[in-house]
Amino acid sequence: MQPVVLVAEDETSIVESLNFILRRAGADVRISYDGEQAIRDIANVRPHVVVLDIMMPRKDGFEVLKATRANPDLSGLPVVVLTAKGQESDREKAEALGATAFMTKPFSNAEVVETVMALAESRLAECQAQEA
Amino acid sequence: MFSPVFAVSLSFGYLAFLFAVAFITDRLRPHFKQRLVSSPLVYTLSISIYCTSWTYYGAVGSAAKNGLEFITIYLGPTLVFLAWWTVLRKMIRIASLQHTTSIADFISARYGKSARLSVLVTLIALTATTPYIALQLQAVATSFEALIRTPTLSTHSSVFFGDIGFWVAVIMAVFVSLYGARLIDAKEQHAGVVAAIAVESVVKLFAFVSIGLLVIFGLKLGLSDRATAPSLAPAALEATSAQVLSLREQGALRWMTMLFLSAAAVLCLPRQFQVTVVENRHERHLATASWLFPTYLFILCLFTVPIAITGLRLLPGSNPDLFVMSVPLAAGFSNWALFAYIGGLASATSMVIMASIAMSIMMSNHLVMPLILRIEALGLSRSSDLTNVQIRVRQINIAVLLLLGFLYYYLSRSNEGLAAMGLIAFAGVAQFFPVLIGGLFWREGTEVGALAGLGAGYLVWLYFLILPTLQDANWALIANLPDPQGLFHAMELDPLVGALFWSLSLNTLLYVAFSFASRANALERLQSAYFVDVFRSSRVGESELYERSATVEDLYELTQRFIGRDQAYRAFRGYAVRQGLRGHLPNPDQNLVPFVERLLAGRIGAASARVMVASIATGETISMDAVIRILDETQQAIEYSHALEQKSAELEAIADQLRDANEQLMALDIMKDDFLSRVSHELRTPMTALRSLTEILTGTDDLSQEEQQRFLKIMAQESKRLTRLLDDILEVSRLESGMGVKLDEAVNPLQVMRDAIAVVEASATTAEVKLLNNLPVRWRLRAMGDGDRLQQVFVNLLSNAIKYNKSPNPFVLVSAERQDGALVLHVQDNGPGISEKDQKTLFTKFSRSWQDVVETTTGSGLGLAISKQIVQQMNGEILVRTRLGEGARFSVKLPVFKAGAADQASAAGSGPASAPGDASAQP
Repeated sequence: MQPVVLVAEDETSIVESLNFILRRAGADVRISYDGEQAIRDIANVRPHVVVLDIMMPRKDGFEVLKATRANPDLSGLPVVVLTAKGQESDREKAEALGATAFMTKPFSNAEVVETVMALAESRLAECQAQEA
Repeated sequence: MFSPVFAVSLSFGYLAFLFAVAFITDRLRPHFKQRLVSSPLVYTLSISIYCTSWTYYGAVGSAAKNGLEFITIYLGPTLVFLAWWTVLRKMIRIASLQHTTSIADFISARYGKSARLSVLVTLIALTATTPYIALQLQAVATSFEALIRTPTLSTHSSVFFGDIGFWVAVIMAVFVSLYGARLIDAKEQHAGVVAAIAVESVVKLFAFVSIGLLVIFGLKLGLSDRATAPSLAPAALEATSAQVLSLREQGALRWMTMLFLSAAAVLCLPRQFQVTVVENRHERHLATASWLFPTYLFILCLFTVPIAITGLRLLPGSNPDLFVMSVPLAAGFSNWALFAYIGGLASATSMVIMASIAMSIMMSNHLVMPLILRIEALGLSRSSDLTNVQIRVRQINIAVLLLLGFLYYYLSRSNEGLAAMGLIAFAGVAQFFPVLIGGLFWREGTEVGALAGLGAGYLVWLYFLILPTLQDANWALIANLPDPQGLFHAMELDPLVGALFWSLSLNTLLYVAFSFASRANALERLQSAYFVDVFRSSRVGESELYERSATVEDLYELTQRFIGRDQAYRAFRGYAVRQGLRGHLPNPDQNLVPFVERLLAGRIGAASARVMVASIATGETISMDAVIRILDETQQAIEYSHALEQKSAELEAIADQLRDANEQLMALDIMKDDFLSRVSHELRTPMTALRSLTEILTGTDDLSQEEQQRFLKIMAQESKRLTRLLDDILEVSRLESGMGVKLDEAVNPLQVMRDAIAVVEASATTAEVKLLNNLPVRWRLRAMGDGDRLQQVFVNLLSNAIKYNKSPNPFVLVSAERQDGALVLHVQDNGPGISEKDQKTLFTKFSRSWQDVVETTTGSGLGLAISKQIVQQMNGEILVRTRLGEGARFSVKLPVFKAGAADQASAAGSGPASAPGDASAQP
C-alpha cells in the first residue's frame, strides 16, 4: 500500500515540483490550495503525513496545524512544516503547536523526499498495525 | 553776687516752670493740645534746640577766640533749611509712613530693617551724644559757679559729690526721667515736652537778645569804659572788631569743614531728628520752619558779635565762653546776668531733655529691650504688657546717659572749650551723613555697605577725636597708642579737618564699595525703593498723611489692582446694590473690609489680603505704595508660576509629540519588517520553485518530453515573476521619492480608462468575466498628470477585478461621475469583496491581508501601493467601497478642468487603440 501525503501549498509552481518528487518516491500525493481546504482534506483523506506551508490564503498553516492537533482522531499524524529561512519566530510557533519536522524554503528535493517518506512509511506501518 | 541757695532755688524754680508747661500741655483738652502742638511756630521753636548752651555761650567764646568761624555753626543749618528742606520733607514723609521713632530706626529701616545697623547707629549716637551732654553739664556748672563764686563747690573738684556738674547731672536725670520717659507713645511724640522745649527756645532767645541789646545800648560795646579815651574809641573798636571778624590760618578749609559739620549735624543729630522728623505733626510745618528757623539763628548770630567785642574789651583774659554772663556781671547788671544764666540753663536743659529722650528711645529699643527680651529667666517675652518695663528701662537709660556725660566731663576736664566739644560731637554724628543721604537717594546702598561705612567712620572718629580728649584720664590704654593727632600736626592739618576728612572719606568709600560688592535681600530692596521713591508713588496729598484711614475709593482702587477693573466694579456694584444704593461705591460698613479681604484672598491668599487691607485701612506702617509693591511681587510670583505651568504644559506636549513620533516610528519599523518579510516571501517562492524544478530537470533521467516542457515553462514564469517583483519594488521606491510621474500633461482620464479597458479585454474574455463600459461619451475633461501612469493604475484595478472575481456570473462595470471640480472613475466588480480589517492596509505595500485578497496571484502584491502613489502624485485619491462577499468598487478621483477648443475634437473622436492622453495621435 502507498502512503498518502497531503501537500498544503498555494504556490502552483511549488506544488508542481513537490507533487512530482513525492510521487516518484512512491507516495499518493493529494493537494490543498488553501488553509480551509487543507483542514477539510486532512480530516477526510486521513493522510499519513502532511506537508504544510505557512503562508496560505483563507487560513494559514498555524491554524491548520492547530485544528489538526485539536482533532483526537488525528493524533500522531506527522506534520512537516515548510518555513522560510530567517523566519525563526514562525518555526518556534509551529514547534509549540506540535509540528513534527521542518523544511526550509528553498528546499533540496532529496531532503524533502527523505524526511517526508520516512515519516509517511512509519505512519503507514503504524496504521496497518492498528488495523491488524 | 548771689547766694548758692538763691541760685539753686532759681534753677529749681525754672525747672519747675518747665515741668508745669509740659504737665499742663499734656493735661490740656485734646482740642487745645492739638492746636498748640500743631502750630508751626511751636515746631520751629522746638527745632531751635539746635542752639544749645554751646551756641548760647560757646558761639561768643568762639567769636572771641577764632573770629568769624562761629558763623558756620549758624550758616550750616540755615543752608539746610533754606536749600535742602525737600530732603527734610522726604525724611519726614518716610518716617511718618514707616513709623520710625529715631534716627537709628530710620537708618535701619532703610537698610532692610537691619537690627545690626540700628545697634551700630545707637552706639555711635551714644558716643557722640556723651561729650555733647558733658558740654551742657560743663556749661551749667561753669555758669552756676560764675553766678555764686563760692569756694565750697567747684567745677574741678576731685570728688564727684563736690562737683557742681555732678549735681547738675543728677537733677537733670531726675527731671528728664520724670516727664520724658513717663509715657510710651507708639509714635514717640511728646506734646508736653515739645511745648516745654518751645518755651525754652523763647527764653533763651529772649535772654540772649536782651544781653545783646544791653551791650550795644547799655554798655556801648565796652567803649564807655573809663580806661579808654573817647577819642581812641574808634581805633580800639576797630582792633577788637578785626579780631572778632577775622578768619584763622587755614581758615578756608576749616570754614568749609565746619559748615559741612553743622549742616550734617542738623540732619543727623539724634535730638534734631527727634524734633524735626519724629515730633513733626504736619509736613507743611516744615515750610514755616524753613524760613523761621534760619531767622531765629540769624538773630542769635547777629548779637554774638557785639557781645564778643564787648567781652574782649571789658574782660580781656577771662574765659570768653562766659562773656554772656560775665559781661553784665562785670558791668554791674547783676539781674541781667541772672537772666542770662536762665537763658543758658534753658539752652542746656532743652538739649539734655531732647537728647535724653531720643537716646533713651534708641537705647531701649535697639540695645536693652532686645537683650532683656532674650533673657529667658526674666520671662518678659511671654509678658503681655511691657509698658512698665519699658518705662523703667528708659529711665535707667537716661540716668546712664547723664552719668556717661558727667564721666566724660569729669575725665576730659575740657581744656578745649565748649565749641571744641560740640564740634567733636558733630563730627561723630556726621558719620551718619553718607548712609542717610545715600539711603534717601541711592538705590544700591545695602546693609553691608552701611555697616562697613559707619563702622569704619566710627573707629576713625573715635581714634582721632575722642581719644585725645580723654588724655587727662591717663589711661594706660590710651597712653600706649601712637599719638592720634600727631599725624595731622605733622601734615600741618587741623586735627578736626583731618579727622573728619579721613573718617568720612573712608566711611563713604566703604559704604559705596561694600554696597556694590554685596547683594541686597528682598526686604532691603523693598525698603530701598520705598525710601528713594517715596514721593514718586505716594498719591495721597500731604494733608492726608496722618489721620488717614481707608476710604471706599482706596479699597476700590486696591481691589481693582488685584482682581481687575471689571470684576472689581461688579463686586462693588453688587455690594452697593444690596445697600440700596445706585452707584458702584457702597457705604462703608463693618462688613466692607472683610468683603474686600475676601475678594483679594482669592488672588493673593488670605494672609496677604489681610495684611494689605489692614495696612490701608489703618493707614499705618505700610503705604498704598508698599502694598502695591508687595502686590507686584506677588503678581510676579504668580506670573512666574504661570510661566512654569505653561512650560511644563509645553514639555508635556513635546513629550506627547515624541511619544506619537515614537509610535509612528515603531509602526514604520513594523511596516518595514513586514515589507522585508513580504519581499523575502515573494522572492523565496519563485526561487524555491526554480531550485526544486532545476533539481528535477538535472537529477531525473527518465523525464518525458512533455514533463520537461511543462517544468521549463514554469521556470520561465517564475523567472519573469522575480523580474517583475524587482521592477515593482524599484518603482514603489521611485514613486515614494516623488519621481516617475509627470504632471505637465493635459490628460483625458475617460480616454485613458477606455484605453485600459482595451488592454485587459483579452484577459477578461479568457477569464469569462463580462466587461461593462458605462463611461459617458460627451464629457470633455482634462486632468494634469501622466497618461501612461494613469493607464497603469486603471489596468491594475481592472486586472484585479477580473482576476479575483470567482462569482458564478462575474462582471466588471466601469463608470464615471462628476463631483464638484473632480472626475471620479469607478471599477465595480461582483467578486468576493474585502473584509473591513483588510481594507485598512489594502493600499500599503504587501499588507498582511494581501494574501487573502489576492488568492492565487501572479502579481507582486505591490500593485495597489503603486497605484495609490501615482494617483496621489496627480493630486487625486484612490478609494475602495466594499463588503466581504458583496464585491468591491475601486474609485479614482482626479481634479479636472474643462477641455479647451483644441482638445474637443480629439476627445470626440477618440478610439480604444489610441495612445492615452496623447490628443494629437487620435484620429
